Amino acid sequence: MSQLPAETDLPEQTQLGAVGLAIQARSPSRLAWARLRRDRVAIASALVIAAIVLVALLAPLIADLLGHHPDQTDQVHGLSPEGLPRGPSWAHPFGTDSLGRDVLIRVIYAARISMLAGVVASTTAVVVGVVVGLFAGYVGGVVDNFLSRMMDVILSFPFLLFGIALVSIVGPSLGVVIGVIAFFSWASVGRIVRGQTISLKEREYVEAARSIGASGVRIMFSEILPNLVAPVLVYLTLLIPSSIVFEATLSFLGLGVVPPTPTWGNMLAESLGFYQVAWWYVLFPAAALLTTTLAFNLLGDSVRDAFDPRGERLFRR
Amino acid sequence: MGRFVLTRVVLGLVVLWIMTLVVFLMFFVAPHNVASLIAGRQATPETVALVKHRLGLDQPVLTQYRHYMWRLVHGNLGYSFYNSSPVRSLIWARVPVTFSLALGGAVLWLLIGVSAGVLASTRPRTLADRAVTVAALFFYSMPSFLLGVVVFYIFFFRLHLAGLGWFPGNGYVGFTHNPLRWAQHLVLPWFTLALVTAATYARLTRSTMLDVLGEDYIRTARAKGVSERRVIFRHALRNALTPVVTQLGIDVGTLLGGVIVVENIFGLPGLGQMAVQSVLQQDLPVVIGTIILAATFIVVANILVDITYGFLDPRVRVH
Repeated sequence: MSQLPAETDLPEQTQLGAVGLAIQARSPSRLAWARLRRDRVAIASALVIAAIVLVALLAPLIADLLGHHPDQTDQVHGLSPEGLPRGPSWAHPFGTDSLGRDVLIRVIYAARISMLAGVVASTTAVVVGVVVGLFAGYVGGVVDNFLSRMMDVILSFPFLLFGIALVSIVGPSLGVVIGVIAFFSWASVGRIVRGQTISLKEREYVEAARSIGASGVRIMFSEILPNLVAPVLVYLTLLIPSSIVFEATLSFLGLGVVPPTPTWGNMLAESLGFYQVAWWYVLFPAAALLTTTLAFNLLGDSVRDAFDPRGERLFRR
Repeated sequence: MGRFVLTRVVLGLVVLWIMTLVVFLMFFVAPHNVASLIAGRQATPETVALVKHRLGLDQPVLTQYRHYMWRLVHGNLGYSFYNSSPVRSLIWARVPVTFSLALGGAVLWLLIGVSAGVLASTRPRTLADRAVTVAALFFYSMPSFLLGVVVFYIFFFRLHLAGLGWFPGNGYVGFTHNPLRWAQHLVLPWFTLALVTAATYARLTRSTMLDVLGEDYIRTARAKGVSERRVIFRHALRNALTPVVTQLGIDVGTLLGGVIVVENIFGLPGLGQMAVQSVLQQDLPVVIGTIILAATFIVVANILVDITYGFLDPRVRVH
């Protein structure tokens, strides 16, 4: 995919070897950004994600617009005479659920939970992982040994099992779900960052910084950290969908976010009792969840490709 | 090699010990009242005190920890709060189900994943390659519970409506009891487990195979007239399998987590189903027992991966 820039009107995309043109230096991040902008799949998945985020943010507004609210049950108009969910109609574009609630507005409200869980948990994990990894790698010695063993232990924990066990004693809630994801995900980020730091700290520029008297913290955060942007960013974009799936899985098992708060996971769990009579009840939360994870995985793949075009991309097109 | 193995085993034991300590602190020391939970909602304070005494929860923390470790070292995982049967035998009774599911699933995902990866890498940029890539992305993004629900709907519900009861929707029949019925009950769970996981393997195999196929020794092998089939399977695949082995170790280790969802959807009475049940019933000893078993699994799998690595690639042993 390492094609030459097609557009020549952009000043930064100076073609190599072109006579009489000044060759501008470009940082790896700027190069990656330029590649990313030209990747149609990346743009498409970013747009899908942006749309989902926008809809999630505007959920209360959309609720007013539709005239339905996520927890508003309607046993009279929302259910068929037999007391079953109603199919899609103008009043309820995605149909209604077993309590006569509007499925569309519930799917939209559920996006807020998923995005919150995905973004907050992944960001926390990445920040903690970066800090711990930098310290372990840069300081080395006993500190490194201690922190590395800690990461080993956390990576040896049965993630899902431990999560559901924790839920059993503290009770299910969104906070617990986010905490569990962050707690078990930072170690793998930490491990990657530690490895990179160890090799980066031997570079000349770090030595130069040290010789002019830069402090350890300064070297770690302003000399080494900028060079870790690529792996960290790639990891973040791939961690978000797996956090979203984890939240959905816990909620599906009844151990995550509990009803009546809608999440894609608990909506699917509720809908399973009705899959024979109400396909819309199953389909829409499922489609929302799958679209989101697909979009994030595609974007993560493109980000990886943009930073390292020679590297094998996960999903080549 | 002996020293290498020994260091890994000792490290693994340390990790396991820390794990049991964390589990102990979390479940026995953390301030939540296990005794009143067991005694029931209407229990008098005396009953609660009695339960506390019976469980040894009124003793100092250190004594409790000593007892807990002592029992653990002797393979005693305690007794279920729910029906007082030993946790070890409860787990033991569930092992065959989970083992059958895991083994069949692993064989399937290796077969599907590796062959899809080989297919894609030997025909880069063709329709087959693209199909594998798209399918891998699709299943990789698919939450396992979602795939489970879809598989259940199509292959159980729709087929039953059509009058074809090929695959039962829940339950389990022992292998020794009736091998055919055993497989019949497990086909859908196997495929659900395998498809989600195979995506990773297809990607991994494809990318390492592409790397390996570009190596000089492959060109040499071709030049000396080795058949293409032999080049791919003997020369290339063998080297490309190293990362696959690592991934397999990780996945087998964490499998006990992965089967939770599948067992719950297909009503398989395995360890994963027991874990969720005991969490919902707040049956702590069973929960703890399952966690410790799962952690042991991960640690052992990690050690095995390292040792296999040592065999596959002698350079690892030196360092």
